[in-house]
Amino acid sequence: MSDKPRKPAPKTSFFNDPVIRGRLYQLGVLLLVAFVFATIAHNTAENLQRQNKTTGFDFFWSTSGFDIFFTLIPYSRASYYWEAFLVGLLNTMLVSVLGIFFATIIGFIVGIARLSSNFVISRLATFYVETIRNIPLLLFLFFWYFAVLKSMPSVRESYVLFGSVAINNRGINIPRPLFDSDFNLVWIALLVAIGIVVALRRWTKKRMEATGERFPLFSTALAILVFVPGVVWMLSGAELTFDVPELAGFNFRGGINLPPEFVAIVVGISLYTASFIAETVRAGILAVNKGQTEAAQSLGMKESDRLRLVIIPQAMRVIIPPMTNQYLNLIKNSSLAAAIGYPELVSVFMGTTLNQTGRAIEVVFVTMLVYLTLSLSTSLLMNWYNRRVTLVER
Amino acid sequence: MYKTSFVRTDMIAPMAPPPSTVGVKGWLHTNLFSTPGNTLLTIVGVMFLLWIVPPLYNFLIGNAVFVADDGAACRIEGAGACWAFIWDRMNFFIYGFYPQDEQWRVNICFALGLALIVPLLWPAAPYKIANAVLFFLVYPVIVLILLRGGSFGLSYVPTESWGGLTVTLIIGLAGIVCSLPLGILLALGRRSELPVIKMLCIAFIELWRAVPLITVLFMASVMLPLFAPQGVTVDKLLRAVIGVTLFEAAYLAEAVRGGLQALPRGQYEAADSLGLNYPKSMGLVILPQALKLTIPGIVNSFISLFKDTSLVSIVGIFDLLNTVQSSQSDLRWGSPHQAVTGYLFAAAVFWVFCFGMSRYSMFMERRLDTGHTR
Repeated sequence: MSDKPRKPAPKTSFFNDPVIRGRLYQLGVLLLVAFVFATIAHNTAENLQRQNKTTGFDFFWSTSGFDIFFTLIPYSRASYYWEAFLVGLLNTMLVSVLGIFFATIIGFIVGIARLSSNFVISRLATFYVETIRNIPLLLFLFFWYFAVLKSMPSVRESYVLFGSVAINNRGINIPRPLFDSDFNLVWIALLVAIGIVVALRRWTKKRMEATGERFPLFSTALAILVFVPGVVWMLSGAELTFDVPELAGFNFRGGINLPPEFVAIVVGISLYTASFIAETVRAGILAVNKGQTEAAQSLGMKESDRLRLVIIPQAMRVIIPPMTNQYLNLIKNSSLAAAIGYPELVSVFMGTTLNQTGRAIEVVFVTMLVYLTLSLSTSLLMNWYNRRVTLVER
Repeated sequence: MYKTSFVRTDMIAPMAPPPSTVGVKGWLHTNLFSTPGNTLLTIVGVMFLLWIVPPLYNFLIGNAVFVADDGAACRIEGAGACWAFIWDRMNFFIYGFYPQDEQWRVNICFALGLALIVPLLWPAAPYKIANAVLFFLVYPVIVLILLRGGSFGLSYVPTESWGGLTVTLIIGLAGIVCSLPLGILLALGRRSELPVIKMLCIAFIELWRAVPLITVLFMASVMLPLFAPQGVTVDKLLRAVIGVTLFEAAYLAEAVRGGLQALPRGQYEAADSLGLNYPKSMGLVILPQALKLTIPGIVNSFISLFKDTSLVSIVGIFDLLNTVQSSQSDLRWGSPHQAVTGYLFAAAVFWVFCFGMSRYSMFMERRLDTGHTR
């Protein structure tokens, strides 16, 4: 037997070669996209020139000339546009953080309530979820702003709760806590107490893994957190007083005024997103195999341990990714506050600033960049948490 | 022969279950009063219901004003919802500023749409493909010609006068019809082996998904006129539809990608080994299975698209929510509950559509479930 020289691979037409074909397709798509972008750029430049508009980001350093009624940083109409931008950004972040906080708590409660064996409770939770999920958020916000908060009684006829919280059509007035200088000691004591609790938690975990002995961590931690700052407060003689809002003339003076726009967006977005979070929580708990519950029961675990040590940790794996999506949705949805006049980023920057300066491209570009950054950083944070709760499988 | 037997030859009648587990009493026990904590929850729940239901009933039905000529009857102390106001403004809520004499055109569109969509959604109805082509390709053209006018002897009605539920449904339908094909293409592009196409699709999808719809609509309304060549004006309604479509296509793409990823690898390899080229393997083997898996995701996207159409009111289009919102300033019907009644009406309309869609998707999911999901 002699080795025959191997036949060369059969020649295919060069157009049928998948590699070359793929490259041709890609080149075609690239050229098309480049052409579209070039056309847009050309048209835009022409249109801008015709309208005698200038471009550039220099407007950030000119005086804004408009007022914003709800700011977290000092701001006046003499401030620059970049300060207005910052006010809007901080207001967006404030609503997002508060919304995420409340929506998570309400969502977990409702999600677990929907699975409750109690007929009344589970039906109430189902009713809540199915109603809220199927109406638009904007409508829900309008309802809270125009139909509920704006139709509260006038200032003189405010509802007063506990003698210190006043609710009227100009918002909610709550007392402002005033801390004297000695109170710093109490804050330090609180920090120390938190440090002790963290160390204690580490120690109990280590001991449990080594010996299997349990330690009543929750009640001890609670005692430390209350006791240590409490004792320091008593001994240092620090004083805590409240600046209670009081009716003076035509409005309330003192305390903190939460304007109706702010209350409406926080309440609305929390209740709305909570209904979606409730569904992800329910799906997550249902996704845990029934055998896990039975295994925990057969180990003789009591109800609370079973939920805390077996069911919830496994459900969290399923819950976290869709929950991240809901958080991202909440951050993006906070922009709807613009429709009820709450001065967040879209309203301050894409609304007033854009109208006053006319720099449409720059303003839209910056706004989108901000939301892109917020979304990406939230998903990075949640991905990090997700990696922590993911079960390490063999 | 011994007749003695140690094994029972006849079955003993089963004992009745404990009375606490059967009948009304048993149901009450297991569902409401099984433990002290459960009993407490029941009491709290019932007290909540007693606190909220009677006033709600009085407001919605008991003290509500159903028939009235103007707001006077709704301004009486203790009057409930002012349904007469809704009834009076119904024409505006459905047609917006569409000329009264031409509203038969809108009605024809509604009737035609209903006549096409019912057999499309009803599984037993025949001619599905022809029906789908009619509904998704021919029907939008007919609607455009009929509503816009200016040809076939119909008078021209500019899109600025369209409004109400009509516009909400138009934007929703146009968004659904345009964004689904675009979303499928984007999903396929994202799974492509060609790096340039993959990167472009990822960039497009992630950009749209990261920004709120309201900025997209703002962008569509302030930037599209800048992008267009000189002399070309883009219709306001069309701008909103483009914005909604691009935005929703990115979300649909992610839903479809989930289905593509859930298919076992063997399906791709089987299609390849049959010698099918890319369009055929996708169209005949992969997509039919992947789309079936993604029905819940796609319908969820449609539901959120339909709810998101309400945002076009922010850029000044008179959709259902905006007509309700602008009717609040109607002084003739001014009453303390005018706003609440309006929002309840709008919420009920949106709720019916969204809830219907979600129930239909659950029904289809069960019908199409062939047990092949992994």
